[in-house]
Amino acid sequence: MLTLECPYCSIQADETELHAGGEAHLKRETVGSLDNDFEDYLFMRENPKGVHFERWRHVAGCGKWFHAARCTMTLEVFGTYSAQTLAPPKDLREKISTKRPGWTWRAFS
Amino acid sequence: MSTRLATAGRLLDRASTMEFTFNGKRMQGHEGDTLASALLANDQMLVGRSFKYHRPRGLVASGAEEPNGLVNMGAGAFFEPNQRITTTELFEGLAAESQNHWPSLEFDVGAVNAKLSRFMPAGFYYKMFIHPRPLWKHVYEPFIRKAAGLGRAPTEMDGSSYEHFYAHVDVLITGGGIAGLAAALAAGRAGADVLLVEQTAHWGGRAPVDGAQIDGLDGDTWVKETVQALESMDNVTLRNRTMGTGVYDHGYALAYERLTDHAPDQDGPRHRLWRIRARQIVTATGSIERPLSFAGNDIPGVMLAGAVRDYAVNFGVSLGDRTVVVTNNDDAYRTAITLKDAGLDVPVILDARPTADGSLVQQAREMGIRVALGKGIAHVNGAKRVTGVSICLQAGEGSEIEEIACDAVAMSGGWSPVVHLWSHCGGKLIWDDAQSHFRPDASRPPLGADGLGFVVPAGAANGAMSTAEVLVDAFQAGAAAAKAAGATGKTGRGPTGDTPKEEPMAPVWLMPQGASYKLRSKMWLDYQNDVKVSDVQLAAREGYESVEHTKRYTTLGMATDQGKLSNINGLATLAGALNAPIPAVGTTTFRPPYTPISMGAIGGEARGELFQPLHKTPMHDWHDANGADWEPVGHWRRAYAFVRGAETVEQAVQREVTNTRENLGLLDASTLGKLIVRGPDAGKFLDMLYTNMMSTLKPGRCRYGLMCTENGFLSDDGVVARIDDDTFLCHTTTGGADRIYAHMEEWLQTEWWDWQVYVTNVTEQFAQVAVVGPNARKVLEKLGGMDVSAEALSFMDWADGTIGGFDCRVYRISFSGELSFEIAVPASQGRAFWDALLEAGAEFGVMPYGTECLHIMRAEKGFIMIGDETDGTVIPQDLGLHWAISKKKDDFLGKRAQERDHMTDPTRWQLVGLETTDGSVIPDGAYAVGEGVNENGQRNTQGRVTSTYHSPTLGRGIAMGLVLHGPDRMGEVIEFPKVDGTSVKAKIVNPVFFDPEGEKQNV
Repeated sequence: MLTLECPYCSIQADETELHAGGEAHLKRETVGSLDNDFEDYLFMRENPKGVHFERWRHVAGCGKWFHAARCTMTLEVFGTYSAQTLAPPKDLREKISTKRPGWTWRAFS
Repeated sequence: MSTRLATAGRLLDRASTMEFTFNGKRMQGHEGDTLASALLANDQMLVGRSFKYHRPRGLVASGAEEPNGLVNMGAGAFFEPNQRITTTELFEGLAAESQNHWPSLEFDVGAVNAKLSRFMPAGFYYKMFIHPRPLWKHVYEPFIRKAAGLGRAPTEMDGSSYEHFYAHVDVLITGGGIAGLAAALAAGRAGADVLLVEQTAHWGGRAPVDGAQIDGLDGDTWVKETVQALESMDNVTLRNRTMGTGVYDHGYALAYERLTDHAPDQDGPRHRLWRIRARQIVTATGSIERPLSFAGNDIPGVMLAGAVRDYAVNFGVSLGDRTVVVTNNDDAYRTAITLKDAGLDVPVILDARPTADGSLVQQAREMGIRVALGKGIAHVNGAKRVTGVSICLQAGEGSEIEEIACDAVAMSGGWSPVVHLWSHCGGKLIWDDAQSHFRPDASRPPLGADGLGFVVPAGAANGAMSTAEVLVDAFQAGAAAAKAAGATGKTGRGPTGDTPKEEPMAPVWLMPQGASYKLRSKMWLDYQNDVKVSDVQLAAREGYESVEHTKRYTTLGMATDQGKLSNINGLATLAGALNAPIPAVGTTTFRPPYTPISMGAIGGEARGELFQPLHKTPMHDWHDANGADWEPVGHWRRAYAFVRGAETVEQAVQREVTNTRENLGLLDASTLGKLIVRGPDAGKFLDMLYTNMMSTLKPGRCRYGLMCTENGFLSDDGVVARIDDDTFLCHTTTGGADRIYAHMEEWLQTEWWDWQVYVTNVTEQFAQVAVVGPNARKVLEKLGGMDVSAEALSFMDWADGTIGGFDCRVYRISFSGELSFEIAVPASQGRAFWDALLEAGAEFGVMPYGTECLHIMRAEKGFIMIGDETDGTVIPQDLGLHWAISKKKDDFLGKRAQERDHMTDPTRWQLVGLETTDGSVIPDGAYAVGEGVNENGQRNTQGRVTSTYHSPTLGRGIAMGLVLHGPDRMGEVIEFPKVDGTSVKAKIVNPVFFDPEGEKQNV
């Protein structure tokens, strides 16, 4: 039972208040894309042991979607941030680097 | 025989006497007794039968680790199996029955299994019941199912109530022994919010039993004063009869409070499940004594040395007059001294160690107790009761040196810290060679959201095995937890204890160390599941090297034990058989709950009507009073049909269809989802969500639309009305309102967050009534108000106005093929509007109709229903809905997916209508068979039914289904086998069975 800080409400939300939305920062492929690219978008997901970026919704709270960076192995939460961005914020990436030197996740590091 | 001593018993009130029954036999105990101590006081040593061999079993322990003493308690709605007698407080009128025997506890037919034990080794079930195959289903499986499980399941609904309770604390301390009390003292003084829970009714744990001296006081006095000190702190909460059952991610913990188990007549919930978020958790869960593995260690009368002491000191109960103590450590000498002090005989202390000269050993010698060093038990004599022991050299193979008559054996193989709560959420263990046990590795705790440890082990649970060490360790743990939780106060000086000097224990995993197979096959590791030393050794020989595999193969430590008694002995036996060090073998995984908790507590208040909130439309009560046959739809209840007089539900449905087609029907459509989508980009947004074009819809008009997922599959449908340039009202299916609302929010917030659109769910703000049938316009005109003529309000128009004085919005849409107006009024007016329609409609033959009538009428018209024609694998193209898929739009959700080759495959089954040739109804879900068989020898299929009804309008069975190349095979007859072996034939037809030109709705 995780707790994540909702970046909109600034409260530690219990997992029962949240709805998990899978991997963050997916780029939508649509009409005109190659079959392989579209399949990757629909079905292929990261499954890291370590740093991961996810989408969550504060469904029983403010209703806002947000992103969370956490470690799948220790469940350490590095931070949460707005879902309305294409990349994890720089300060968060730097914070992760101090805790997990050399981490990479998709194109990010 | 076991009996009550003349001495007091520190937990007993001997002035009060309580009556109880065991297997119908009347017995007496005292206030403060557990059921276990009261049974022993009544010489009831035999308490159950083992699971596999039905061996007679007596009590082994005095607490939560007891494996044998499980009984049925209560009756009727209060019946519950597998109640542990050592943790059941005695109350007046308690009625318990032993389990797993037939016909009686004393004489049990199943005990023949014990004679066959040579033929029932580890993995017996796997080896025996696999051949011959055909016997499995009708012989083996029913037999195993009958034999499986202890106790019997209750047959009535639970008559007790339960509740959940939420708590947020700085420091949760589990365990109210001296360690928990010392930790609470430190954390409480530091100013942290502390919750201290203790599983029993008493504070102080076993330290007072062992004669601990703390701060110059005797144990009981110190505990009493400390509890008073803690109770006086506003920031400390104490709860006894509350067990910490599990530790989970990010400081979440469960505790299980038993409120009325000891006083069933008391009002209020029986159990309370505490759902706790703690910044820090201190596990002061103590330690559990290990049995020794010698032949006959399961015979009633053989008990853990600490438990023998507990019964004597706490309850004034002796197991027998002559007790042999067998040990590999100094602690068990306390039992000998206690018994001797109580005036009982200890003929010998068998100490497996070659030397022993600690202060307790000396004290025992001085009391005149014979101490035999380097000796062990070759085997225990007796069947349903210990009659004596045969002594051997521990270093030897079990040759009998001497036989000693006795009626009880007190054994101690050393103590293991209770590491369960530490381990639940990932805390790691290290092997302590000196103590021969696993203890928490404080450098590898469970980690919280901040990446730092959130569990601190304390006292014996951390491997501190003497009173002095426990107090130091636990006080430090409490202080550290409070600091980590942010408390800044001073903790002051911690309590200090005096402990006699003890010498190291010696690991003894087999007694004697060279025991023969015959002896090893009588050495129990797991009493409840009948796992012996020889079974684990066999598993190792058969290749089960992983401890997790061995556990499952032999059932070692399964069921309620969960590694409490059997764990270390089993691991050590496996390690010995594999010739590997114990830490290399490791432990099995500790999983919550620590001991079983009631299902009622897990459910809490969420049962019956409170299980899930029920949505009710404004007309719900009218329906309920007028024959509604309810069906659940989403979180709503909808009327399936309104049954009148003596008619059946089926007859009611047929009547409603006919009346609606011929006269006038009313449907409560309030449950349909209603989402307002508003903003400058609303049209653009809906163009992405629906397969058809919504941005071109004119204000005042309605359009039917389909929604797909990004996978291309059809997910919802409904009518969209354009209110004004910036505003749309989207109808969803009844079950889809919340889901589609969330779907819209997700895309708006996470993909098109720069689009100016807001979505509002107004589903419950409006009551909606479908006024349907040839007389629909007449009733509205009679009520008077807005113009509802064909000229003013044509098909697929909507308009605001009043009808019969009600403010309303009228949509001229039809899901039945009849002239139809769906009229929305504010929810508060819903019931009044419904009543007005019924009254005004009387002269036009009005009848309300339910969801089944709605289904039949839509099927007669060939309209699809989400959830019938769709199942998450169907795309709109499968359903012939190409007309609703825009070709002009560049993009919409699902468009790219519908271009994938699997989606454009011409062999995808396509929607058709089906008319049975004999007029009967095709069974729901039936498949159409084709030519030949598949590789499994099953007949090939070529289609399936998605909706099937008897149509009263057409007087025969009609169906819709997905059929291979269906639309190209009109007129062809295909066959649907039924479960009774017969089959029904149906002709492939156009799915629009009724009024294909739409003449009835366009009037």
